[in-house]
Amino acid sequence: MAVLIDLVLLSMLAITALRVIFLKDLFAVVMLFGIYSLLSALIFVNLDAVDVAFTEAAVGAGISTVLMLSTLALTGRTEKENKRSSVLPLLVVIATGAALIYGTLDMPPFGAADNPIHQHVAPRYIEESPKEVGLPNLVTSVLASYRGFDTFGETVVVFSAMVGVLSLLGAARRRENSDDAAVIVAGFKGHKVLRVVAKLIIPLIILFALYVQFHGDFGPGGGFQAGVIAAAAFILYALVFSLSHAMQVVSPKFLQLLASLGVLLYASVGIYSMLKGGHFLDYNKLAADPLVGQHFGILIIELGVGIAVFAVMLSIFYAFAHQVERSTIK
Amino acid sequence: MSYVLDYYNYWVVVFLMMAGFYTVISANNLVKKIVGLNIFQTSVFMLYITMGKVSDGTAPILAEGVTQYSNPLPHVLILTAIVVGVATTAVGLSLIVRIKRAYGTVEENEFENKDDAI
Amino acid sequence: MLVLDIVSSILLMTGIFFGFSGAVGLFRFPDFFTRVHAASITDSIAVILIIAGLLLQTSFDLNTAKLMFILMFLMITSPTASHALAKSARHGGLLTLGESKQQQKQQKEQMQQQEAGQ
Repeated sequence: MAVLIDLVLLSMLAITALRVIFLKDLFAVVMLFGIYSLLSALIFVNLDAVDVAFTEAAVGAGISTVLMLSTLALTGRTEKENKRSSVLPLLVVIATGAALIYGTLDMPPFGAADNPIHQHVAPRYIEESPKEVGLPNLVTSVLASYRGFDTFGETVVVFSAMVGVLSLLGAARRRENSDDAAVIVAGFKGHKVLRVVAKLIIPLIILFALYVQFHGDFGPGGGFQAGVIAAAAFILYALVFSLSHAMQVVSPKFLQLLASLGVLLYASVGIYSMLKGGHFLDYNKLAADPLVGQHFGILIIELGVGIAVFAVMLSIFYAFAHQVERSTIK
Repeated sequence: MSYVLDYYNYWVVVFLMMAGFYTVISANNLVKKIVGLNIFQTSVFMLYITMGKVSDGTAPILAEGVTQYSNPLPHVLILTAIVVGVATTAVGLSLIVRIKRAYGTVEENEFENKDDAI
Repeated sequence: MLVLDIVSSILLMTGIFFGFSGAVGLFRFPDFFTRVHAASITDSIAVILIIAGLLLQTSFDLNTAKLMFILMFLMITSPTASHALAKSARHGGLLTLGESKQQQKQQKEQMQQQEAGQ
């Protein structure tokens, strides 16, 4: 049954991708990309990657769609007719694809338990982590403990992406004169139902983000997902109640501080464990009992990741929305 | 039939990869190029997760009475890659916004012509 | 136990039927507003029936509560989404099929009057 679902979903994914190539209306392209992300999240669930599916659904169908739409608002929504011949790209793609298909024939068959990938480190994670880390969710223990360096690097990459976006677009500032903001608010004044429901939903979304954050040790979830979900709540607020209202709740300056704080929180766990006489990010030294130390370490660094991802996603959105607002006022 | 089932996921991954690749090299509009790049990226995610799957395995969350788990390592790699992916996509999109400001267009051939004119 | 299973499968089947009819309507209906109507059937009645069917399959534990929350959440969000969609289309000046036909008719009459006047 799972195989059948897999086949159907993958075929739908392929059709969606094919449609994206030939559409000229970029708005439809972005919407299809949202559907594409949601479909791939479903496939990830089917392939047992629940944490990944969670992230893909929140990020792909939520945040990237919003960012792409705001870019379209600035650049126009149709692609112009392409006069270049598409024969050469097609040839290149077919040749590369054929080579890759030929390559897949040497791959081990899908799903077999004795594939090389399952022989090396994974058995250790599965067998030893209950004794060494003691968390039910193996993905969290590998992410935060065994591969803590890796995750730290990735958090820094996310942070530097924020720095990149802000230096390209300029940090959004809170508007002092409210005349301009009033013009934009008027657009959504008529949507009473939307405003009431948004007020009802936003606290629930934030509550859910906190649940995902702190339940990530036991079930699917963790800092990355929680950060994105919390950012989505504030993005919803900014979309329904105007950007300037959202900036009154969480100011862009505060977000920049928060993003740095998240990364610093992660790094400080590493430094603290060094002061305690261990290696960088050696959680065993954080408490007398190594298992308790692991729990403390994972809780704190997941919190750091959550704060950093939340702040980065929201300030990237602020930067884009600020640009859109500027162009509509002019 | 079982031969097809063994490799179907990989073939779809290659197809998606090529669809993304084609969009990147043939599209003229920069936003569409970014969408193509994202499709390429998701196909790589799919490749990793496919390799991590074990038949009859369950999600890697320890539970009583379960003996076979899927491989957690690819999940960890891809989970972080997705978030990093959206952050880098944002950088790409903001570059596009700047290009629009500077050239008044996001069609590749048009701003290349403007470059040549200078 | 058997009775519950039968009831739950009937609920699931009717839910699937409504979901399918919503999808067919999305493709076959003539204008935007009727299509939104078809799509909102998938969000509302199909979801209620499917979750009710799934509720009967649980053994009244944590999963039951989770399903109830999902149902509640969907009951709030999906009608709102349909409403916002239809309202935005209306504000954007989109006419229903009947209205646009009427408008065409009026335009035709005006043209004829003008021609007669000349």
